[in-house]
Amino acid sequence: MERIYLDHNATTPVRQEVRDKMLPFYGELFGNPSSAHSFGQEVKVPLEEARQRIAGQLGASTAQIVFTSGGTESDNYAIKGVAFAAEKGHIITALTEHPAVLQTVSWLAKKGFDATYLEVDSKGLVDPDDLRKALRPDTILVSIMHVNNEVGTIQPIEELGAITREAGVYFHTDAVQSFGKLPTNVDELNVDLLSVAAHKIYGPKGVGALYIRKGTRIDPLIIGGAQEKRRRSGTENIAGIVGFGEAIVLAEAEREEVYERLTLLRQKLVQGIGERIPEVVINGDPERNFPSTVSASVSHVEGESLLLSLDMEGIAVSTGSACSSGSLEPSHVLVAMGIDTVLAQGTLRFSMGRGTTQAEIGYLLDVFPPIVERLRKMSPLSASKAC
Amino acid sequence: MSSMYSEKVMDHFRNPRNVGEIEDADGVGEVGNASCGDIMKIYLKVKDNVIEDVKFQTFGCGSAIATSSMVTEMVMGKTLEEAEAVTNKAVAEALDGLPPTKMHCSNLAADALHDAIKNYREKHGK
Repeated sequence: MERIYLDHNATTPVRQEVRDKMLPFYGELFGNPSSAHSFGQEVKVPLEEARQRIAGQLGASTAQIVFTSGGTESDNYAIKGVAFAAEKGHIITALTEHPAVLQTVSWLAKKGFDATYLEVDSKGLVDPDDLRKALRPDTILVSIMHVNNEVGTIQPIEELGAITREAGVYFHTDAVQSFGKLPTNVDELNVDLLSVAAHKIYGPKGVGALYIRKGTRIDPLIIGGAQEKRRRSGTENIAGIVGFGEAIVLAEAEREEVYERLTLLRQKLVQGIGERIPEVVINGDPERNFPSTVSASVSHVEGESLLLSLDMEGIAVSTGSACSSGSLEPSHVLVAMGIDTVLAQGTLRFSMGRGTTQAEIGYLLDVFPPIVERLRKMSPLSASKAC
Repeated sequence: MSSMYSEKVMDHFRNPRNVGEIEDADGVGEVGNASCGDIMKIYLKVKDNVIEDVKFQTFGCGSAIATSSMVTEMVMGKTLEEAEAVTNKAVAEALDGLPPTKMHCSNLAADALHDAIKNYREKHGK
């Protein structure tokens, strides 16, 4: 059976071109870039080329890019790093953030920092006025994500960043879902810190980066051998970093074309679900939604049973986010958006990618309605309804 | 296909046994909470202390549906006392186990069955 992958917000396959660039670094180019001899020096050039590529995509300079092990480390580094350098103070984030941000902030709150969690509206958007009101003289950091991983809502980062800058506070954004997919120029976004990861853009897992604006007071998270100009110790993941550099160039080259294609696919999927399945709510903001993502809440059924049924038809999707599968709590993102908790249990996330086709979405729209009907027939919640 | 569940769980999920409602049930039991993601409802038909028919309706994940289906299969034709001796653990074992995260919340089918038997005994004074 030909399988269909609709979980690109969880991860993406490594592109052949990326793999080809990486392989020599698992072969003859094995040197440590900190070594003074030729084995070390010959891998330093590709390392710095990759850094140039990431910096270029962000409109930043190479000195402002620190490679990490991925999005989660970048988020931890940005938030803990600023907190440790400030030693005390107040941090603002939003209820719909990725756990890598939320858990880091709540961990710091247990250690004596103050935290404010901004609410969002039913579309998942933070109100800039709420941010204005939450800022305090002792606020040290605001962290709001660019594109939400579960529903695809795009936050008004430029505006939130401008407000934060006016207050003289650092602004961090988790751009893991938007890097290489939307413009992410750090000056246009008004951000001081920005987290990215390679594996969401057809690069390898285990590599990411943090952009740090010049002059930002931030302590390192990982200390030791003084790599990355003392900001992130540990021998660099050269193969991963080179793959990341290749992936971002390839992503940027087709960014606008992919965006257009995803927009059409999203229209087809949303419209098809609406026409073929009664009582489904599409979550997010129709005006400000990244087009790869469709979050659909199906009444009277539970998400994992929908996921398993689609998997049996060869279609891979997610309930909410991959990290929380196995958890029985409804998604914190949907709860924050005010979705009914029972309806939230019946939520699926379809996340499309550069290779997703009209035919795949057509097949999904053929097999999905009978799955919903079968599970609704089994459900005591819809027993009174003829479905 | 690789799955987080055993083959038996997937079999019961794919082809659940005894799905539905018994209109004139002698006993009905229900456990769970929709906002936690699982509700299981069991319907019983009892004759001469023997479970003559049993059906279920479940809102929940794969293991919730599979355990509901399995428990109906385990107690069909059994006496009420035999059915009362069936535990959640026995249901999970009959399915060749469940993932650890599912052992507590989505493994309540025997509780729903016991609730249905209790309901039957209350209604019929037995």
